[in-house]
Amino acid sequence: MLELKNVWYTVKDETSGKKQDILKDVNLTFDQGAITVITGPNGSGKSTLIKMLMGFARPTSGKIIFNGEDITGMSITDRARKGFTIAFQQPVRFKGITVKKLLELSSGKKLDTDAMCECLSAVGLCARNYIDRSVDGTLSGGELKRIELASAVAKGGEVYLLDEPEAGIDLWSFEDLVKIFNRLHDKTVIIVSHQQRILETADKIILFENDKLISAGRREEIFEKLSRNQPLCWRIAQEI
Amino acid sequence: MDKTDEQLLETIADLHSVPEGSFNIRKNGKLLARNTNTDIEIVSKADKDGIDIIVKPGVKNKSVHIPVLLTVGDFHDLVYNDFYIGENADVTIIAGCGIHNDTCGDSVHDGVHTFYLGKNAKVRYVEKHVGTGNGTGKKEFMPITKIFLKERSVFTMESTQLGGVTYTNRKTLATVGKGAQLIVKEKILTDGSEKAITDFKVNLRGKSSRADIVSRSVARGKSEQCFYSNMIGKNECFGHVECDGIVLDTARIISVPKIDAVSPEASLVHEAAVGKIAGEQLLKLMSLGLSEQEAEDAVIQGFLN
Repeated sequence: MLELKNVWYTVKDETSGKKQDILKDVNLTFDQGAITVITGPNGSGKSTLIKMLMGFARPTSGKIIFNGEDITGMSITDRARKGFTIAFQQPVRFKGITVKKLLELSSGKKLDTDAMCECLSAVGLCARNYIDRSVDGTLSGGELKRIELASAVAKGGEVYLLDEPEAGIDLWSFEDLVKIFNRLHDKTVIIVSHQQRILETADKIILFENDKLISAGRREEIFEKLSRNQPLCWRIAQEI
Repeated sequence: MDKTDEQLLETIADLHSVPEGSFNIRKNGKLLARNTNTDIEIVSKADKDGIDIIVKPGVKNKSVHIPVLLTVGDFHDLVYNDFYIGENADVTIIAGCGIHNDTCGDSVHDGVHTFYLGKNAKVRYVEKHVGTGNGTGKKEFMPITKIFLKERSVFTMESTQLGGVTYTNRKTLATVGKGAQLIVKEKILTDGSEKAITDFKVNLRGKSSRADIVSRSVARGKSEQCFYSNMIGKNECFGHVECDGIVLDTARIISVPKIDAVSPEASLVHEAAVGKIAGEQLLKLMSLGLSEQEAEDAVIQGFLN
């Protein structure tokens, strides 16, 4: 189980010098074997929360507890080795690092063609066409996004942090995405998304707005209200 | 040949034993071993130090190794090698020089290589430079490569400086004829107080001629690298120059690309990017379980791959 206890994240505005809260006193619990989708307007702190869970940012105050262990001060590398796996919203490009090399770095071992095929076919790509290509600007945004997800699949882990996994992926590939989520059914899966179809896969939905957690609950509880009137979903959320 | 020679040969020419086909191994200014055949003939120059390598027209899928070893200090090796590649030939030339200097005297190799490619000829030229040894004497290279490309010939140059080289000043001059193509892939790694200068001058003279120069460099410690290129388009042609550099510690990379469209039909492009390793690249690799140092090494290894 992964828990956030009274987590605050405050940054200093570079121009005004004023302190700005990105996350305010967040208390959350993520269960193993459940998909949690975090949703909310842009700038509400969703991605910051994901980055904080991976160790890219440290809480200003509060604690992150994983299976009873306080991991608040733990490095990115140690979290990754503990089973935290992230798929970036904007995949990182590398000049010269091939898809094959990235998958091998992800899995921590040499991979044969069959193993690479398994990772890439999970995201709808044919290994033969991609393993020798560089993970750089020669790949399209959608291809990079799929390779980012393949890297997460190749790494494996216990806690999956997927930041807008659907961004840049064409609609017909949603099925592939849902299949990936199904493969992770026994893990702790935390997804940031705005997409209704992703929300539909959630066991639990968390709503964020203006640096605050508005509500968290079972999908059926929250999704119904959100889907009833989508343009007004944030207003409805505040009424929940 | 001793163990140091074998190690240097393996590093610069991937040679684990005496190669098949034509070869010429030079050590400390003297001929160590040579094999020549009718397809690729190697002849010593009569007027100066060096060799002529003559590839007969139509010879395909053959290779020639011409590595140079320097294992003494206080030595300046100057050699002139001329390559005559016959029409329609297609060959690989593995050159390269390894300096092992355990002395306090400087060890310098100047290789002046001139390539004459006949019509439709293809050459892949692989050149590696490395310096080893614990002496305080410098390990320096001053290679000059001149390339003359006739109609529809293609010259691919893969130039690598692997480290341990105190100072290099590498000059490459090419004249590209009608429909001919020059492709250069350069990789340079410097560390400590090393300095590497690389300087290209390319004349795109023929109609539909092309040139593509890609230089990747990594500078560590307080080393310094300078990249100069001057690409001149004198006809309907296409030229591309790219210089990417990663700087670490207090190292410095200077990039000065120049393009000159003499002909209004010339299309010339240059790109240059120099900077630290992007923070997000390190974060991504650390999120896969690599330490910061392992992540840095993986980025550099990939970049120079």
